[in-house]
Amino acid sequence: MDTRDPFRENVLAAGHRACAGCGEAMAARMVTDLIGSEAIYVAATGCLQVFTTHNAQSAWQVPWIHSVFANAAAVAAGIEAALRARGDNTPVVVQAGDGGTFDIGLQCLSGMIERGHDVLFVCYDNEGYMNTGVQRSGSTPHAVRTTTSPPGRLRAGKRHLKKDVLAIVGAHHLPYAATATVAFFSDLQDKVKKALSIRGPRFLQVLAPCPLGWDHAAERTVEVARLAVETGLFPLVELEYGTPTSVMHLARQRPVEDYLELQGRFRHLFASDRGREEIRHLQALADTHVAHYGLLDPDRPGATEASVAARRHAWGGYARPRREPSS
Amino acid sequence: MRQQLEGSHAVASAVARCRPRVIAAYPITPQTHIIEHLARMIADGDLDSEFVSAESEFAAASIVLGAVATGERAFTATASQGLLLMTEVLFNIAGLRLPVVMICANRAVSAPISIFNDHQDSMSLRDAGWIQLYVESNQEAADTVVQAYRIAETCALPVMVCMDGFFLTHTFEPVELPTQEEVDRYLPPLRFPRALNPARPMTLGGGAEPDNYLEYRASQHRALDDAAETIAHASTEYAQVTGRDHGGLFEAYRLADAHTVVVALGSVMGAIKDSVDALRHQGQAVGALRLRCFRPFPSQALVRALAGAQRIVVVEKALSAGAGGILACELRACLQQAGSACPVHGFVGGLGGRDLTVNTLTAVIDAAAKSPAPACRFIDCHETGPLETG
Repeated sequence: MDTRDPFRENVLAAGHRACAGCGEAMAARMVTDLIGSEAIYVAATGCLQVFTTHNAQSAWQVPWIHSVFANAAAVAAGIEAALRARGDNTPVVVQAGDGGTFDIGLQCLSGMIERGHDVLFVCYDNEGYMNTGVQRSGSTPHAVRTTTSPPGRLRAGKRHLKKDVLAIVGAHHLPYAATATVAFFSDLQDKVKKALSIRGPRFLQVLAPCPLGWDHAAERTVEVARLAVETGLFPLVELEYGTPTSVMHLARQRPVEDYLELQGRFRHLFASDRGREEIRHLQALADTHVAHYGLLDPDRPGATEASVAARRHAWGGYARPRREPSS
Repeated sequence: MRQQLEGSHAVASAVARCRPRVIAAYPITPQTHIIEHLARMIADGDLDSEFVSAESEFAAASIVLGAVATGERAFTATASQGLLLMTEVLFNIAGLRLPVVMICANRAVSAPISIFNDHQDSMSLRDAGWIQLYVESNQEAADTVVQAYRIAETCALPVMVCMDGFFLTHTFEPVELPTQEEVDRYLPPLRFPRALNPARPMTLGGGAEPDNYLEYRASQHRALDDAAETIAHASTEYAQVTGRDHGGLFEAYRLADAHTVVVALGSVMGAIKDSVDALRHQGQAVGALRLRCFRPFPSQALVRALAGAQRIVVVEKALSAGAGGILACELRACLQQAGSACPVHGFVGGLGGRDLTVNTLTAVIDAAAKSPAPACRFIDCHETGPLETG
């Protein structure tokens, strides 16, 4: 067992400008130190870019590039193509928020995956446009209060559902896609290591609570993330070639209220009958996740080795090595 | 060896000899033949390069951005709507000071949608921080793209080579391609000191604040200004290697004793030269100046070259709606700054592929002689008459 400090590399150094309790800073520190300094990192515009590279200062001790908001996956594709041209196996990693993944960056992400670039795309999902002051995104859950989905006389927060970006990404039949959170480090560690062991496009969606936007106490970031999983609202799963190959089962499913009541962004739901109806709606969504992934059913047969092998055979053209193994 | 080559084929062959390692593009008329030729060269093993079929021009520009930031030479080409879709990334490439080279196969912009030639696409991006070179012939297109890599990599600035859609891209002309040996002698391998490299980690593209953003822009402006010398030099050195010189910043045609000078960009200069010849034959002191380098705008060189002119006639295929011809406005500004009172007649024509014939251009020059200099007149416009003869 490797007993060394997993954060010994300090890929993301201290002294950056993240808020206290920032889930994204926590997630990025975990993910990037697990990947290490022998990699090239690409950033989409967003909180992580802003709070780590400010005014001629940088918290990154690795080669790092930021171009614009929507194009991180395409910039990474170009980097990967250049490395491929010279037979260089340096890993290429994208770090983007949910805006740069679910919404404005989705087209470039889809193109990058479809072309089979050997890139690990990490989405730190804090369920909103936090950098610009907490506006709703395609990732914001139903009924959440943001500055552009304010509850009011006629509205109970965001009218639409959280986009199932994992399913969209999975529909590309890429070699590996997974969800993780800052609350389960060993799970995150396993998934980053697995992603690094695979060639081709890979996708990791890390739920990263935002004390500012979610309106929860800064010291409860990990607790909030854990409850997102334990209620079934954010299932932890792995997909290989688009099919689920593992899920983190729940010993018991917590009611969604346990999660909602810690966060000001859901507070309005507890103040009216209409809000209580939305809580029941959110519970139904959580129950749907539980049923879909079998989160309470550890005996449900998962994908077999043979079925994954068949999918790899069908879709495995993605995993073209950049450098042929030397004989 | 002179060959009869389609413009797209000629530039694609020249690009291939620059040994780009990554080529990314999205199809758009009239640029498509360029990338098709490159894709075929790669498929046949004649070019060792990664071809990335981007899902949009926005991505294509981003892919070459990433490739060059990694320290490898790259190429893309586009036109019209594709160029406009790239806009955000093109400004970003320039701000990052990445030596990206692209071809714009000049085409009108929508609405109304048109696939045909004018310069509204690239001219609208004149403020993006890219060097812009406009070419007259297929020969010049092939030669200029090689020079573009030399200029870009010397100045750490991106270069857009603008060639007229259809008039050049789809037209066959005799072309002598630079040989691989000539290109290798002229163009050393790319050495990009800020390349993304785990051995020397650097942060590219961090944020700026009011206390330093302006300095980034000022240094970018100075770099573009200084690039004029490099562009002229690149042309001279290219001539030393290949024997072909298309002019550095501009090309003068029967300019020395000309009283009336026609100024234009791109392939229309062929017809303008014929008009000049016809008018010279009638005893008129007419000459022409083809601006090859539009960005940086070579103000001082233009003022010197036009010092003897008594009348300037700008013929341009672009328009800043609400302000008039773009080249005419800029030329007036630099002449006025230099204390010249030479009138500048602004003519906008050829938009959306309308032919500018020798007869039309001759009539334009005649019309200018018969009237004071209006800010902007349209050539051959059905709304205002076939030609406003003043």
